[in-house]
Amino acid sequence: MVSPVLPLKVRGVSVRRGARHLLGPIDLTIEGTGLTMVLGPNGSGKTTLLKVMHGLERPSEGKISYGLARAEAERRQAYVFQTPIVLRRSVQQNLAYPLELIGRPRDEIRRRAGEWAERIGLGGALSSPATRLSGGEKQKLALARALIRKPELLFLDEPCANLDGRSTRAIEEMLLEARAAGTRIVMATHDIAQARRLATDAILLINGAVHETGEAPGFFDAPVTSETKSFLKGDIIL
Amino acid sequence: MSDIFDGLAAAFWLLVTLEPNLVEISLRSLQVSLTALAVACAIALPLGTWLAVQRFRYRRVTIATLNALMGLPPVVVGLIVYILFSRSGPFGVLGLLFTPTAMIIAQVVIITPLIASITHQAMRDLWAEYHDLLISLKTTKVQRVRTLIWDGRRTLLTAALAGFGRAIGEVGAIMIVGGNIDHATRVLTTAIALETGKGDFALALGLGFVLIALALMVSLITHWLSQTEREGRW
Ligand SMILES: Nc1ncnc2c1ncn2[C@@H]1O[C@H](COP(=O)(O)OP(=O)(O)OP(=O)(O)O)[C@@H](O)[C@H]1O
Ligand SMILES: [Mg+2]
Repeated sequence: MVSPVLPLKVRGVSVRRGARHLLGPIDLTIEGTGLTMVLGPNGSGKTTLLKVMHGLERPSEGKISYGLARAEAERRQAYVFQTPIVLRRSVQQNLAYPLELIGRPRDEIRRRAGEWAERIGLGGALSSPATRLSGGEKQKLALARALIRKPELLFLDEPCANLDGRSTRAIEEMLLEARAAGTRIVMATHDIAQARRLATDAILLINGAVHETGEAPGFFDAPVTSETKSFLKGDIIL
Repeated sequence: MSDIFDGLAAAFWLLVTLEPNLVEISLRSLQVSLTALAVACAIALPLGTWLAVQRFRYRRVTIATLNALMGLPPVVVGLIVYILFSRSGPFGVLGLLFTPTAMIIAQVVIITPLIASITHQAMRDLWAEYHDLLISLKTTKVQRVRTLIWDGRRTLLTAALAGFGRAIGEVGAIMIVGGNIDHATRVLTTAIALETGKGDFALALGLGFVLIALALMVSLITHWLSQTEREGRW
């Protein structure tokens, strides 16, 4: 089933900060089900694009719209930041926080926080301070905290950047499961192999502009431009 | 020299026997300063946090004013409160001059900017850390302030302790507005000043020990708080 938050329409969106042109103009539509992978070199604007789509950053020009009114649409989304933000609280309280904000009953919060802690391998660390977790553990915690409200639209900014193979696989399983449960995912990554494993469609950003988009697996197997070809091969593109 | 030793011995004796005068003065001191602390915290903690979270037109001016007020000499605060509450002043009808209430008011004026300023700095750092997450989670303003106050509670307690330390040790302002009246507005610092002037070192030293003990307690708790903060315990 397709979430009523969709379609997410990006229309003529540009982002400037001071004199710098960071992004755009961009036209995109996120709809249906699946996982859109945002690819591109460092500084190409992946994070900026995700933040604009989520409503965290205001576009300098253009418009973002959802299938629902803005306030309602934003409530049904979640975002996992490139550098994980953990609250100065215990693991359990970090997981509980998004549910507390929307006033879920206490026992439900405790149960769900426990379940998610178990899933990310932190079941034994419920009461330890989240600020002392390792970088990878923090990333998993941030992802679980984003998923705990069952978002219908989920933005992920390189969620596996510091993870080892096993943790990466655990997270990919969580993402596939969320996707199967109807969460529409938009994700940035540098890991081409991961992009191939997860994407239903992909966007290649270069210098703040959409260079090529396409459905998987066509995008990966038969890219149109030579830049996309060399980017997917792992060559350095300028 | 022997004066001092006699004084020390007498001071210890006053302390161990819990001499009524000493106890009365110490308790009044605590009552005045703790009340001032409670009032100041009720104003300063939300104000400092709000200044960290909310952008508004006169924000910078407000923060600069706060920092300037922090440097206000207590004697001047005493003078101003005195003028405001003296019989011919705008609040003269309240008849508060030379009462503990006037002393509390003076101390609130002195420590509120201090606590608010420390709070603001701590909350600004925490807000920078949390900003994106709390915006993304669609928190309301009240939820943001609550989250920041809760997660920054140790720093806030440190701020409160700094305020208490300043209040309990302050002498200039409360001397002016309280008048150091026996059994009414005499507190640790003003009593020490008086007894020293009279040459009664025993009581002065005894009261001094109480004051030192309180100050020591404050810095020990502060130290312990920063320790737990560093170790990430709570
Ligand atoms: N607030 C800002 N002010 C000025 N420049 C900014 C700001 N935010 C981002 N930029 C710049 O915008 C460009 C795009 O940044 P962005 O973080 O979107 O890149 P990215 O594709 O996510 O890169 P990475 O792969 O390194 O995460 C960068 O050159 C960055 O320096
Ligand atoms: Mg990025």
